[in-house]
Amino acid sequence: MIYLTHTPKNGVPMQTKLVSSLALLAVATSAIGALGRPAATAGTISGHVTYTGTPPKMRPIDMAKEPSCAKQHSTPVMTESVVTGPANALGNVVVYISAGAQSSAPPKEAVRYDQKGCEYIPHVAVLQVGQPMGIYNDDQTSHNIHPLAKVNPEWNKSQPPGSPPIKATYDKPEFIAVKCNVHPWMHGTFAVLTTDHHALSAQDGTFSLEGLPPGKYTVTAWHERFGTQTQEVTVGGGKAATADFVFKALPY
Amino acid sequence: MGKLFAVIVAVITVISATIFMTRIWWLPTDISVLGVGIDRQMSETMISAGVLFVVSQLVLALFVWQYGDRGDGRPIKIFPGGAAPMVLFATILVGAEIVVLSLVGTKVWAGIFLSAPDPKALRIDVQAEQFAFYFRYPGRDGKFGTLHPDLIDDGNNNFFGLDPANDTTARDDIVSASLAIPVNQPILLTLHAKDVGHAFYVPELRIQQDFVPGLVIPLHFTATKVVKKEIVCTQLCGLGHYNMRAYMEVMPENQFVQWMEDQAAQQ
Repeated sequence: MIYLTHTPKNGVPMQTKLVSSLALLAVATSAIGALGRPAATAGTISGHVTYTGTPPKMRPIDMAKEPSCAKQHSTPVMTESVVTGPANALGNVVVYISAGAQSSAPPKEAVRYDQKGCEYIPHVAVLQVGQPMGIYNDDQTSHNIHPLAKVNPEWNKSQPPGSPPIKATYDKPEFIAVKCNVHPWMHGTFAVLTTDHHALSAQDGTFSLEGLPPGKYTVTAWHERFGTQTQEVTVGGGKAATADFVFKALPY
Repeated sequence: MGKLFAVIVAVITVISATIFMTRIWWLPTDISVLGVGIDRQMSETMISAGVLFVVSQLVLALFVWQYGDRGDGRPIKIFPGGAAPMVLFATILVGAEIVVLSLVGTKVWAGIFLSAPDPKALRIDVQAEQFAFYFRYPGRDGKFGTLHPDLIDDGNNNFFGLDPANDTTARDDIVSASLAIPVNQPILLTLHAKDVGHAFYVPELRIQQDFVPGLVIPLHFTATKVVKKEIVCTQLCGLGHYNMRAYMEVMPENQFVQWMEDQAAQQ
């Protein structure tokens, strides 16, 4: 607040004039703010997932028993349970808000899960409770997808080539291991979460959770082999918060 | 009508015997040491059964032609002595043939299933599961690691349930989805099933062996040609049984040694 000491000309003190202009400005700004939150004021939690120690070696998958899939790969396909990147980055880590966020209705947009070249793509599919999922067989061979749910109902379904996609939804949060009853090497995960604030760390380990109102949140990071970790993060209005996770890797 | 039937029987007999004699559809070329004996036994069986078949069918055709009911009341010839001696004659004739074939065939059978394997045979552990075969070699230390079924993790290529973290003999075990073997060397497979019954069948080797859950079954052979052949599951094991196969690659010795080194580097 700037205080002006000399007497103004028009009879209204300069002080008052300045204060009232500033007040007007403040009211106008908050009025604009109240009309609709611009993206800049919603917070982001971003971070980096890395590991210490020696991760296990990924092994080449031999698809000789399924020639129609084997010939789709010019280089051997590797197992994907541990995806690493430069500088000890860890990919395929599911990072999500486990507490502090308001619940929201599941998106109507279906998550797509492909069986292509006798692999599950993506290796980790993240979806929300109640969100639809479409499972597609893009191969020349039959698959029999078998999500090994323990909390949700367990099912498996055969899908000959050319079948329509299987529609699936899950009603309870769970990390579900997925296998194919016909091809033993196929393996994936459905990460069924209660929140739509989730991200999958990229191969360089980075992730970003956006659209978070200011508040205190619990962020959970889950990795298929190395376990689960949580952190408390506070998001201030309009500022980006960070949360880094370091997992302990073992060679076997 | 009876004469027509006699002609048809004779024609069918000649055609089917010809198909077998000319070997239009026959077994694939055998590639194993004991295959020669099996094929010879197969031929002996086919010839002896075939001769009896042709003779009996042609005699049937002849009798039908000759003695078919002509509606004029003449009696039909009867086997000397009646029905009982006829049945006895047929039983002895066919029975004797079966017994002779079995006795002659036991030697070949015993060579595969009842004789001890060569003590220097290359040992390969075979696991059959729904719906693939996996093969395990002992690795540089020459020892197989212990199997822990609770550690089986197909998605991470640990099909056998090895524990390399705690079991050093398991660390160098080579696990492969293909059966690679050196040519002209005795091989000893130990077959075990992870879940239900399966079977191991390579037609070119002339051997087939069931996997029985709970048993570890030895199977030995020596391959004599450098080839790549299919191993198929011949025991219905579930919805993927039609798709259950692996490939056997018989390699020259030096190529096999190279293959083992490449595999060891990947484990």
